Amino acid sequence: MGLSVANREFFNVWESIQGSILDHSLKRIENVNAENVREALAKIPLSSDGFLALLSASAEGEILSIEKAARELTAQRFGHTVNLYIPLYLSNVCVNNCLYCHFGKGRPKKEKTLTMEELRKEAEKILESGYKNILLVAGESKREVPLSFVENSIRLLKDIGFAFVGIETQVFTTSEYKRLGEAGLDGVTIYQETYDRDIYKKVHLSGPKRDFTWRLGGPERVAEAGIRSLGMGFLLGLGDFRREAVNLMNHVKFIQRKFWQTSVSISFPRIHDAPVNFDTVNRPSDDELVRLILATRLANPDSLLTLSTREAPKLRDRLFGVGINQVSAGSKTSPGAYSTLDAGEVADEQFPVVDGRPAGEIVTALKKKGLEQVWKDWDINLKPVSG
Amino acid sequence: MDSGVIADKSKAGEDKLVIAGREFNSRLLAGTGKFASPLKMVEAIEASGSEIVTVALRRVDLDNPQDQIMAHLDPKKYLILPNTSGARNAEEAVRLARLARSAGMSDWVKLEVTPEPRYLLPDPVETFKAAQILIKEGFTVLPYINADPVLARKLADIGTATVMPLGAPIGSSRGVKTRDNIQIIIEQAFCPVVVDAGLGAPSHAAEAMEMGADAVLVNTAFSVAENPGQMAGAFKKGVEAGREAYLAGLSKPLDTAKASSPMSGLPW
Repeated sequence: MGLSVANREFFNVWESIQGSILDHSLKRIENVNAENVREALAKIPLSSDGFLALLSASAEGEILSIEKAARELTAQRFGHTVNLYIPLYLSNVCVNNCLYCHFGKGRPKKEKTLTMEELRKEAEKILESGYKNILLVAGESKREVPLSFVENSIRLLKDIGFAFVGIETQVFTTSEYKRLGEAGLDGVTIYQETYDRDIYKKVHLSGPKRDFTWRLGGPERVAEAGIRSLGMGFLLGLGDFRREAVNLMNHVKFIQRKFWQTSVSISFPRIHDAPVNFDTVNRPSDDELVRLILATRLANPDSLLTLSTREAPKLRDRLFGVGINQVSAGSKTSPGAYSTLDAGEVADEQFPVVDGRPAGEIVTALKKKGLEQVWKDWDINLKPVSG
Repeated sequence: MDSGVIADKSKAGEDKLVIAGREFNSRLLAGTGKFASPLKMVEAIEASGSEIVTVALRRVDLDNPQDQIMAHLDPKKYLILPNTSGARNAEEAVRLARLARSAGMSDWVKLEVTPEPRYLLPDPVETFKAAQILIKEGFTVLPYINADPVLARKLADIGTATVMPLGAPIGSSRGVKTRDNIQIIIEQAFCPVVVDAGLGAPSHAAEAMEMGADAVLVNTAFSVAENPGQMAGAFKKGVEAGREAYLAGLSKPLDTAKASSPMSGLPW
């Protein structure tokens, strides 16, 4: 890939490939045959051509060999293990209005932001079940979730014994990420949602998130701030998933070249139950999602690939160890839901959990596939040097 | 270091691996990551005959007596060698090593500083800095390094217990790709040379031992095998065969084939 990265921002790269370059690449998918797929599998990591070949419908006939290659590559690099993490929702208050999200502004919902005391209770409950890797999630609201609140939450979680703390919140500036890094932040997840600027504007009706370019630069700011681990992805169900995937891969490869110390993981969030008759015509099928994940593995031997509880048990079980090697389990997607509060007090959730199996059952499912769960793959002593 | 009188060492029972004054019968060190279950890990370690077993500090929960890895390793049976995998700079590696010591684990440490998350190649500058600090603090330091003969000498000069050059990137199973530089390291070393990383087959381990390496460390090849125990047993034989061949004195390869008994009567 001839990306020159010195002094460039991903925005320039993104801009340069929109239009005819992407159109031309995607057009080629239409002519892919089984032979092309087999040729692609002969060269791993996949080239961008090979990646596209695996996304074509013609690749479905070769799915068994693709699965085998992805399983073997995952085992070679990561062994027979799968990392477990759990999300913790800090707040469902959000000033953005995004058509696909249940937290969106103006939607009727029971709002809730945790107090520090409630956060501690939630976190202790989670710690009891064995988790050491936690992802803090919050809507965007300067009033309800200011930077200092995120910062204090990170400190609290590190203090009580979490080895790895990540966030999935609004995007911040480089210096704000630095400040969170000093508090102990290990990872940041930023989904671009869509790399198609027109669709982006259409689905993000209002709020700070409407700024496409600011969000696109988010991963670079995280890496610049020295945060170790960066989770990337797009929301499956907005733009054409093949076009989105090629954009994402270019984004990932750009980050890996420019910020060689940053570890990139990739997630595959798919819209299942969008509010208010949201049009999900672009939602990939199960087969398409599987091919996307396998192709992503074969193009990125060294990245953790994550699949959340949005997906059904059967599909998750199929993908454990076959590309996917980081999964959430026992997730609740509303603030306060782990320790809560009386049942009636539970706030509204961001998306419905489809795989509701508790951690113990996930561990059993992994065992059945000859995989071992990893609770702890990080240490509190691995953090930026601070005064 | 194994230079000197080879014949003496070939006598049965005298060929020990000595690291920092401690003697070991096995020249195969084992890793504990990536296994499908603790049971498979234990099977592999036992079959390997290893006496030194390395454990990633970021993977273990030292406060938890039921830890997935530590609970299955008998410290009376093995020297548990904590490693600093995940450390991106000297400071982090030093912090991890101190943690292991204060938890009563060990003052031996396998020093790994790998700032680049994809190939996990070691950082020579930060590794050297960390080694200086740890040695000053009384640790027995076994540094993971690229196959760099000058770095190996500098580390040995400041008192590391071994040097552990890589054969190929971690987990790559590509074999002794850095052969020529490892040969120089072995030639020049004042401390044991343990070839670490990249050995995917018993023949790779045998090759390193034939070259005169003092030991090898293997993890991925065990853990990703269909049958980790069987694979570890095969590596044990590979290491022993390579070692014996080294001690016996290998014949030097020639550029052209030479008949083992010269034929007579031919004009050339």
